[in-house]
Amino acid sequence: MIGAGGAGLRAAIEASSAGVSVGLVCKSLLGKAHTVMAEGGIAAALANVDERDSWKVHFADTMRGGQYLNNWRMAELHAKEAPDRVRELEAWGALFDRTKDGRILQRNFGGHRYPRLAHVGDRTGLEMIRTLQDQGIHQGIEVHMECTVVALLKDGERVCGAFGYDREKGLLHLYRAGAIVLATGGIGRAYEITSNSWEYTGDGHALAYDAGAELMDMEFVQFHPTGMVWPPSVQGILVTEGVRGEGGVLLNSKGRRFLFDDIPDNYKAQTASDEEEGWRYTQGDKSARRPPELLTRDHVARCIVREVREGRGSPHGGVFLDIAWIRKKLPNAEEVIKKKLPSMYHQFLKLADVDITKQQMEVGPTTHYVMGGVRVDAETQMSTVPGLFAAGECAAGLHGANRLGGNSLSDLLVFGQRAGAHAARFARERRAGEVDQRQLDEAARRALSPFEERGDGTGPYRIQHELQKMMQNLVGIVRRESEMARAVEELAGLRRRAAQVRIDGNRSYNPAWHTALDLQNLIVVSEAVARSALERKESRGAHFRDDLPKQDPAFAKFNIVVKRGADGAMRVERRPIPEMPTELKKIIEEMK
Amino acid sequence: MKATFSIWRGDAQGGAFRDYPTEVSEGMVVLDAVHRIQSEQAGDLAVRWNCKAGKCGSCSAEINGLPRLMCMTRLSDLPLENPVTVAPMKAFPLLRDLVTDVSWNFAVKKRIKKFKPRPPDAPDGTWRMAQADIERVQEFRKCIECFLCQDVCHVLREHQLHDKFIGPRFFTYAAALEMHPLDTEDRVEELKEAQGIGFCNITKCCTRVCPEEINITDNAIIPLKERVVDRVYDPLTRLLRILRGS
Repeated sequence: MIGAGGAGLRAAIEASSAGVSVGLVCKSLLGKAHTVMAEGGIAAALANVDERDSWKVHFADTMRGGQYLNNWRMAELHAKEAPDRVRELEAWGALFDRTKDGRILQRNFGGHRYPRLAHVGDRTGLEMIRTLQDQGIHQGIEVHMECTVVALLKDGERVCGAFGYDREKGLLHLYRAGAIVLATGGIGRAYEITSNSWEYTGDGHALAYDAGAELMDMEFVQFHPTGMVWPPSVQGILVTEGVRGEGGVLLNSKGRRFLFDDIPDNYKAQTASDEEEGWRYTQGDKSARRPPELLTRDHVARCIVREVREGRGSPHGGVFLDIAWIRKKLPNAEEVIKKKLPSMYHQFLKLADVDITKQQMEVGPTTHYVMGGVRVDAETQMSTVPGLFAAGECAAGLHGANRLGGNSLSDLLVFGQRAGAHAARFARERRAGEVDQRQLDEAARRALSPFEERGDGTGPYRIQHELQKMMQNLVGIVRRESEMARAVEELAGLRRRAAQVRIDGNRSYNPAWHTALDLQNLIVVSEAVARSALERKESRGAHFRDDLPKQDPAFAKFNIVVKRGADGAMRVERRPIPEMPTELKKIIEEMK
Repeated sequence: MKATFSIWRGDAQGGAFRDYPTEVSEGMVVLDAVHRIQSEQAGDLAVRWNCKAGKCGSCSAEINGLPRLMCMTRLSDLPLENPVTVAPMKAFPLLRDLVTDVSWNFAVKKRIKKFKPRPPDAPDGTWRMAQADIERVQEFRKCIECFLCQDVCHVLREHQLHDKFIGPRFFTYAAALEMHPLDTEDRVEELKEAQGIGFCNITKCCTRVCPEEINITDNAIIPLKERVVDRVYDPLTRLLRILRGS
């Protein structure tokens, strides 16, 4: 297992329960992965709060949110299996907030028709990772903390091992494996403003690509509508959608709830017609429809960008998010906010001197998630490379063009479990492959190349920063043909410079070296994002083009796939989406 | 505006504080300054961090002598006319610069008996719990495992009793399990013997440094001590135990 967030841990637990020997390799200490940052909750149709919910509604919501580019089989499996995966966490010690009758409480979130997110205040991710971690350590899983994988090794077509280094001493390690699960998360560090930590450099994406696997849907990068914008040092830190789920509203500088001004047609029937109805929805009135603040993230993020561009933004280039206004509605508002959103309260008070029970927050879009990833089989999560599996954010398919909030944590559990089970089976049913010494030598040479004496190479941090700025400006929330083409050209230059990068110091815990190696992956995924975005000549979901602002029905019929060609260059192709079975089509029609 | 950061550089063999003057601006936290120094002056400066929002507990250090998270310590709260000292946690072996070997904590956790729930309450395999009954455990489960409480605890920091005492983090962890409404396991014996809860003399240093503001001493350690006392020292219980031969 490469990666120890929700997906990697869940896969490791499953595989080790199946009786195979499991090693878990992770870049940070155990329990620090980005899953801890997830705030809002785990989407699962438990129907504890609204009995009208079912897997069918969850399936339809996920497909609508993904603009029907999702792998429908994954969306189906996800909706069906998420409730069991959540209940299992409870059996392992997780303590979710409760309903009045003592069951798991569920909250509202963007794009979900009914209250569906099992949660613990606004620290659900921490609860989830700790539960998995504490379950995992008693299962005999061998954990290699602070180790980074830099290459996969193959025996013919199949994978047979991984090669990497440990941070502490900088020693090189070979991990032989009958099967490998990539669970490395996202690519957020390719952008300047991001909620992602240093780890999210597209490692799994690049490792799979280098090993010959296909990446899909890479044009779809989710910009979460609400990140902090001020002060500069906190720019990009996530502000949970839960704020809006609990009644928070978005306002422009004129004090207008601008989201009421632009409601997409396919959500009109489900959206509140006025502010009062929206408020009633957040307070559990089943006859009310949801406020427009809970429309999908792609839409909300674009509306914020529009307000800012047209001069109606907040002083620091965002808009206002207001939860304090609920004081007008609830006598104990201050207590409710602190109880429901404790870490948001803490975060704004400590980092921005804002008391969210009394003041408005300033927020703007932040790079949050990549819908694209390794193309995998829906049932097994195996990539096109035999023995190589992927789960969680680094795999593609479930979310299509846009992910709904809360569907990530459930994704990790459902497909982590599946990947673990099938990887174990793959490994058990076959003899392990042979490691090829030449591949090993080449991987070692590449890993150590930043230490070579080279002319006037630039430092890795500077190149990384230039890359982030370039991607933010040229392949960001609002895209244009000419800018994306320029990005592809600039990436070629950055690649050349990254190959000449120069670092100080030795191999012991040297972040400059780590950054130099991560940079290679960032360049691969950035190119995949830019080339895929150029190929999708329309606007859909998280991919918005200024020069082609409309959806084109012709583009609803395929996903964009990238793969390394025989000459080493990146190939882009359009891959038709298989026909959806009639019974699933029927569900979507019924839920419209 | 400029400020100077006096950062520990070195490894287990030795090292020294080195001064780094750097540009600072509004809203910056110590981790921002460390990153700026890393990217402009000291590329190989070793530092652990992840979320930069006080949620992962990776960037623990001693800032002007106080154990804190670098990502949650704002420069505006520090006297910048003097150099800001940034040192690694002292209770753990140094790896390099600001990074310490915290693996002992992971080994300790493995030794604590795992969660063992009672049979499900409902035929569908689920349980019923009242919110009021889980709130005290939810407080402990806020822990981000930054290990600042371990760092500041004199039993570990000064007396180095790592093999006899599990430290405040793991008393909180044990308390979360012991007070979990569904748990049926019994951890009292080990708490007294192998885990050394008796060494804690409730000076509350751990509570004071907890970035999650968990009442470690009052809500976790003292109730556990009471359980130990009730079980082991209560004369009536002891008599019953002798009679039962347990």
